[in-house]
Amino acid sequence: MLRIPCPHCGERDYTEFRYGGDATKLRPAHGSGDIRAWYEHVFLFANPKGSHREYWQHVQGCRQWLVLERDTATNTVGSASLARRGGVA
Amino acid sequence: MKLLSRYSALGLARRALTNVRWQRAWRSASPRESYDVVIVGGGGHGLATAYYLAARHGITKVAVLERGYLGGGNVGRNTTLVRSNYQLPGNTEFFEHSLKLWEGLSHELNFNVMLSQRGQLVLAHGPSQLDVLARKGNTMRLNGIDAELMDRKQIEGFLPFLDYSKRSRFPIYGGLFQQRAGTARHDAVAWGYARAADRLGVDIIENCEVTGFLRDADRITGVETTRGRIGAARTAVSVAGHSSQVMALLGLKLPIESHLLQAFVTEPIKPFLDCVISFGAELFYISQSDKGGMVFGGHIDGFNSYTQRGQFPKVQTVAECAVALIPAMSRLRLLRHWAGIQDMTPDGSPFIGRTPFRDLYLNAGWCYQGFKATPATGWCLAHTIAHDDEHPLIRHLALDRFERGNGFDEYGLGLSTWRQ
Repeated sequence: MLRIPCPHCGERDYTEFRYGGDATKLRPAHGSGDIRAWYEHVFLFANPKGSHREYWQHVQGCRQWLVLERDTATNTVGSASLARRGGVA
Repeated sequence: MKLLSRYSALGLARRALTNVRWQRAWRSASPRESYDVVIVGGGGHGLATAYYLAARHGITKVAVLERGYLGGGNVGRNTTLVRSNYQLPGNTEFFEHSLKLWEGLSHELNFNVMLSQRGQLVLAHGPSQLDVLARKGNTMRLNGIDAELMDRKQIEGFLPFLDYSKRSRFPIYGGLFQQRAGTARHDAVAWGYARAADRLGVDIIENCEVTGFLRDADRITGVETTRGRIGAARTAVSVAGHSSQVMALLGLKLPIESHLLQAFVTEPIKPFLDCVISFGAELFYISQSDKGGMVFGGHIDGFNSYTQRGQFPKVQTVAECAVALIPAMSRLRLLRHWAGIQDMTPDGSPFIGRTPFRDLYLNAGWCYQGFKATPATGWCLAHTIAHDDEHPLIRHLALDRFERGNGFDEYGLGLSTWRQ
């Protein structure tokens, strides 16, 4: 079972969370007309085999969006921090 | 090394009586300096492509490079279903072409792939869902594909062991049945294509990982591998869950994320379920293997991973689907469960065709539907490589379709890899 260390609630089963994808992607600026940048943001994935920073929302807990470090090759979980603080612990 | 020329019933009987050893089915080839076509990935799709290149296009100087052992990836990890009940123009024709190839495959390959056209029933749990299935069935029949709409009473006579009680959470309202759908033995598909391709001169090279590409500006001229440098006039990449890693060697990002899909088999029981059933209330599909085990699967785990082992909560939700549909299954024990790395795309449809690099072709992003597509993918990719132009059946599956606003969303689930 993947367990996620929520900064507010402590370590919980991943089933309490909603997955939100790659957290390293930067959304193009509001009003940006650069279609290529939007395409890359929405559709392309680094999809690494190894270290991955990703969003999870603790929907059955504090309801905060978190940024979690996880190794996609082993599912080893690192630290989690609040996304609204930029994912910095 | 002597290869057995052709399998036959007489040859089988002779070997059974004389205790003569079976020869190996394909050569253990060493890489040559260069090939007309190098195919990266020795799964079902890669092997089928090599076979059709040799058999249909006369291109026999072909190598298939496999990092591990043949058939160790998704071709040996799926739930073995074949069907052609697709609705969107493009998919309907492609998957029907695939099913027609399946129907002749054992003869074509001289290898029994054990195709069993036992039929597949997709269930509807309400009138609106049955309307959608009726529309899909009409689309299929207009395209000359068999489809039969069934009401609850017909299904009750046909499959009496489903949950028809008043307590059922998702009452069965009707369904769409395709008799020509069914199952095939997945390992035999890999072995059959490998053996038939090998007999036409294709080199199948196992334990050979691609570590880089040889480039001449934007043209790909071969691959670097753990077994040396191999030149290629044309190169095709067909590596499913590791597509992003292989294409990253060229700095190319793909609209793909790799997720885990689990599959399950129970202890064997006597013949019980003689068709394939797809649940309509959740993604859940079940059949009974020839050995008697109930084989089933559900959704992906829900977050990207390469671990090839699944999470327990998904075991529970899939088992709940099984029991909700067939209450008698509550007393069966799971024998095994395993996971494959699925290359999920934003719209649930794959990519086959040319890439931004000349002489490099990609086949990836098959999501849940790679196995049934094996023959048609090989057929169309071989054509695409031989003519350097996409086969008409795969024009809707271009790699740049999102850039052009042409997402191809068969299931209407929206553009998200982990929600497909």
